[in-house]
Amino acid sequence: MAVMMIREAIASTLHHEMERDPNIIILGEDIVGGNGTAGGTEAIGGIWGLTGGLFAKFGPNRVIDTPISESCIVGAAAGAALAGKRAIAELMFADFVGVCLDQLYNQIAKFRYMFGGKTKCPVTVRIIYGAGLNAAAQHSQAVYSMLTAIPGLKVVMPTTPADAKGLLTSAIRGDDPVMFFEHKAMYGEKGEVPDGEYMLPFGHARMVREGRDATIVTCGQLVNFAAGAADKLAKDGISCDVIDLRTTSPLDEEAILDSVELTGHLIIADESPPRCGLASDIAGLAASKAFAALRAPVEMVTAPHSPVPFARELERAYLPSAGTIEAAVRKSLAYR
Amino acid sequence: MQFTDKELIQAYRRMKTIREFEERLHLEIATGEIAGFTHLYSGQEAVAVGICELLTNDDYIVSTHRGHGHCIAKGCDVKGMMKEIYGRRDGLCHGKGGSMHIADIGVGMLGANGIVGAGAPLALGAGVAAKANGKGQVSVAFSGDGACNQGTTFEAMNMAVVLKVPVIFAFENNHYSEHTGDKYAVGGKDMASRAAGFGMLARKADGCDFFACHDVVSEVIRHCREGRGPAAVEFDTERFFGHFEGDPQRYRGPGEVERLRETRDCLKNFRAAVLKRKQLDAAALDAVDREVLALIEAAVQEARAAPPPDASEVLQDVYITY
Repeated sequence: MAVMMIREAIASTLHHEMERDPNIIILGEDIVGGNGTAGGTEAIGGIWGLTGGLFAKFGPNRVIDTPISESCIVGAAAGAALAGKRAIAELMFADFVGVCLDQLYNQIAKFRYMFGGKTKCPVTVRIIYGAGLNAAAQHSQAVYSMLTAIPGLKVVMPTTPADAKGLLTSAIRGDDPVMFFEHKAMYGEKGEVPDGEYMLPFGHARMVREGRDATIVTCGQLVNFAAGAADKLAKDGISCDVIDLRTTSPLDEEAILDSVELTGHLIIADESPPRCGLASDIAGLAASKAFAALRAPVEMVTAPHSPVPFARELERAYLPSAGTIEAAVRKSLAYR
Repeated sequence: MQFTDKELIQAYRRMKTIREFEERLHLEIATGEIAGFTHLYSGQEAVAVGICELLTNDDYIVSTHRGHGHCIAKGCDVKGMMKEIYGRRDGLCHGKGGSMHIADIGVGMLGANGIVGAGAPLALGAGVAAKANGKGQVSVAFSGDGACNQGTTFEAMNMAVVLKVPVIFAFENNHYSEHTGDKYAVGGKDMASRAAGFGMLARKADGCDFFACHDVVSEVIRHCREGRGPAAVEFDTERFFGHFEGDPQRYRGPGEVERLRETRDCLKNFRAAVLKRKQLDAAALDAVDREVLALIEAAVQEARAAPPPDASEVLQDVYITY
């Protein structure tokens, strides 16, 4: 076990997987950086610093520094995958999903199905997402709900360095397209990472806290907030299950339903806006499959139905917090 | 370029197969037996065959919504295609794709595509793979005068030049993007000049003349196989049918289609050229015609008789594992 940050776990996994499999290529804007400048090639190594050193080790045929051209980053990853490669594409900001949505939504998600199962499309799209850094409306969004709704895509969100390694390895080695969401405010999270080969299967949630009074289902950045809320509630004798979904497609329905059967109180914390989102999806799941177990209305703690604001005060008001999650648990438990 | 008799017969057979496949579909679709939206390729055969005769199964093509011709030219199974268009279980894509999504990865056909302009980035990616493989493979992006106006096509051309990958951008100007003329929709009127503006080798060819297509494509494919970066060809070609089957084509001039079929038919042009040069005799071409008609007839009859998919297959192949 080594202690490292999420960013280090992802970077080392990229290196390890590209060493292991010469068929892997990686594409993105500035993933090498510095090309055509006085500073020279690799002056950057990715604006998030995760892809440094790949170019020197694997060369220009495998580490492909692209123009700003998201449709072609994802499209070229998809085309290369159809032609037999295993591709990793980086979208510097999740908001740019809007630029290349056709390639995600109409192309890679559908190839296997449309072509009658006669192809695979092993593409991992690394998507850097989320609010908390005052990056405003076009550089802060949590678009995982939108992509979770698309059949054919898998959607993955690690929240610890170990999970980052295990889930990214599974994403890269798997043969289905994976939307791999990395929260930009979590890159510095530290934790122990297993040495050697480490893969985590998709669709298996992580129990972050165990309790009997309420179930908090969450993912991404809000996992830590939910854990903080649970720890605070524990001081008042209220114990909560905190479930980190890890993957929203596939969804670990069993983990959610088993917990709700025990607690009867479901609180969902979701960084995406409320309409047609992850929270309402899971609330619907509970309503249809755990109705008899529910002892209170499902509480949904989400971002509001607004763009992500810029000013610190506004962004704080926008994002769910440990406080709003804690309040939702207390509200659920106080029902009747 | 010198052709053997065998090569000439093969090129003619492919073009004729495309033509008869489409002409027959035109009739069968009118009966209501075939579901969905179908876009026919009649009139453009010399482009698909002029290119694909120069490719092998190790080369890639990415097609369009008007993809039947590209599929046949690249070697997709004609009966499997017909069954797919009829929505049959043992169609080329098990009835999951239909006319607009026929693919056969094994022969390098990476898919027809229902999204105009989506193909060029995919062909770029196949070119990236080809370059990494280092075996002289090439990738072809078929686009029309509609897709040539999509930003994705521009992006793919730029990135192909930046990355110096072996992609051929084949612009088939059939003069109609759906129901709108190229004179209106293509700013600058000249796709080859656009491509040249991105810094790549760009050529033009008469898309109704197989030999002209083949000559120009030979040059650009050699350029790509030698690792000298991408290239583009703008083909001046004609669309004999509407945008989709059922299109009333009110945008056509009086007698336009009849005139095109009389003067701009690549099959007639081919036949006239090889007879004039005494490279083939009429009997040999007539024999191909009969064989192709028999193949299409068999394809239709087999497709009609083939079983549909089972409703239980709707969830099959969404994922490999889930």
